Amino acid sequence: MSLPSVLRWGSVAALLAIAAVFPLVFTSELVTQIAVDTLIFAGAAAAWNIFSGYSGYISLGHAVFFGAGAYTAGVAAQDWQISGSAEFLLLPLAAAVAAVIAVPFGLIALRVRRHTFVVVTIAVFFIFQLMAFNLAVTGGSVGINAPFLGWDPVTYNNPFYYLALIIVVGTTALSWLIRRSRFGLQLRAIRDDEDRARGLGVRVMRVKLSAFIISAVPMGLVGALWFFFIVQVLPQYGFDPLLDLSVALMTFLGGLGRVAGPVLGALILEPGQQYLTLHIGNSYLSEIILGALFLLVILFLPRGIIPFLEERMTAWRGRAARAPDTVPASPAGEHPAPAARRGTP
Amino acid sequence: MKGASEGGTGGGGLLRAEGVAKAFGGVQALGGCTIDVEPGSITGLIGPNGSGKTTLFNVITGYERLDAGEVYLDGTRITNAPPQRVFALGIGRTFQLTRIFSSLTVMENMLVASQHSSRQPGRVRNPLARAGGAADRRRAMDLLDFVGLAGHASAPAETLSYGQRKLLELAYVMVADPAIVLLDEPAGGVNPSLIKDISARIRELNAAGRTFLIVEHNMDFVMGICGRIAVLDYGTVVAAGPPEAIRRDPRVLDAYLGAAEDDDDTG
Repeated sequence: MSLPSVLRWGSVAALLAIAAVFPLVFTSELVTQIAVDTLIFAGAAAAWNIFSGYSGYISLGHAVFFGAGAYTAGVAAQDWQISGSAEFLLLPLAAAVAAVIAVPFGLIALRVRRHTFVVVTIAVFFIFQLMAFNLAVTGGSVGINAPFLGWDPVTYNNPFYYLALIIVVGTTALSWLIRRSRFGLQLRAIRDDEDRARGLGVRVMRVKLSAFIISAVPMGLVGALWFFFIVQVLPQYGFDPLLDLSVALMTFLGGLGRVAGPVLGALILEPGQQYLTLHIGNSYLSEIILGALFLLVILFLPRGIIPFLEERMTAWRGRAARAPDTVPASPAGEHPAPAARRGTP
Repeated sequence: MKGASEGGTGGGGLLRAEGVAKAFGGVQALGGCTIDVEPGSITGLIGPNGSGKTTLFNVITGYERLDAGEVYLDGTRITNAPPQRVFALGIGRTFQLTRIFSSLTVMENMLVASQHSSRQPGRVRNPLARAGGAADRRRAMDLLDFVGLAGHASAPAETLSYGQRKLLELAYVMVADPAIVLLDEPAGGVNPSLIKDISARIRELNAAGRTFLIVEHNMDFVMGICGRIAVLDYGTVVAAGPPEAIRRDPRVLDAYLGAAEDDDDTG
């Protein structure tokens, strides 16, 4: 069971309202910079969740699409001598390149499952990182610089904030549409039992590959936006192995395969990490603390925050419903004779 | 090999496997097995463990590639077609150990299978349309009602008992309206009252014209429900015929029932 819809849509509206006014209320450049970073991770995690969360295929190679988006924007801006805010017109191109790369990547990697799939995605990822280091077009280890934006430093972060917010909202809306669609149902069936799904007419390769390509698109977008934001891309940061780990952790924390899971996870982890880095100074120590936190989450919230809260609420409502009268609770786990039908809940 | 070849070539029965062979390494799981399933029948497939029953199901439904032989559905060759195509052509199957989608709800389990039946050729449909239109849901609900799971429609499938999972599997295979249903041990590990219920459901579906091919170890169940039985041993059909004949066939007694004379008390 899910949260009651009034509560759900109310909190979505409230969150959107808060997000819309956030940079107008908190004008500190440091705060808005952390907000942009958080939204970029939220977008990446939401994109990752569309494929890995729904299909159960854990990809550790989605940084390929992020890096491809960043480098596409960089190379195109350089070659076509695009300057100023016209650079944002390159975002759709970055998304398209990421999607095109996802086709052969998916066709190769999706032939195998589970651990083998994870290893193949890591291998493909390192191939791309190596190419970024060694090709002339990517500038090798020097990387590429983004066009200069002569904006007022006080409000410099705001356009990035709103672009990132649009990507996060769009990706999350897409994720919601997919989850309730027949396509999403097929993906979740694949996650539970791929062979059984085939035996029920699901064309699994087509479904998996489609999800892989779809999830590459927002990944390419946030990659390009990130590049414009930090004004430079280097191979080890454009193709960063920690990106996939971070988005996976965020999604696991919030709830794998849940629409709001990756966004919630990103909202907790990214500001948390930045806060610790700022206040402890030693970034290694803050990473150790976050790692320990994650272990605690795995121990106590193995399914993530959202499924945990839903279970609590269902249990609470079940108790509340049972208290006044003697309506039998959910027949879960019982073994009734099939002929004896219970009232629909 | 009596009974096995009486269908002649090509389109004898609704489902026909002809000289099917499959080896795993050095083990010959199926060695030129031929079986015919008449339309409208409930055909039983029995045989000792390791005689190739499940392997035969797997090669028919496309989960294993066969080394030799042909498979026909209603005269159409479907040899080595992939599982999703076999299903689309009208063969539904269940698995020995039930396989349901445990993190989906019972209704969602039904809708996974119904995607196929609602596909209309030549019409582009919105890929993001909500899963399960009204017609699909109604049909799914009717089938859930039929197997007695209607009250569980919105429950997560993982909360179902083992027997209920068997019923759910039977229900969602029926969603796509298959011409023939292959059941792998529908009575295995299920309590006696539920076995009665499962066989009643199968009979009812059969009376409405559905064809079944059933692998089962429970001899009371098989003898009671099947109009025809094929006996598999070492990957070939050693006998085929009505239950009474099978029960008395010395080759069957030797291959399978040998030590089990107490099975003769079926009513």
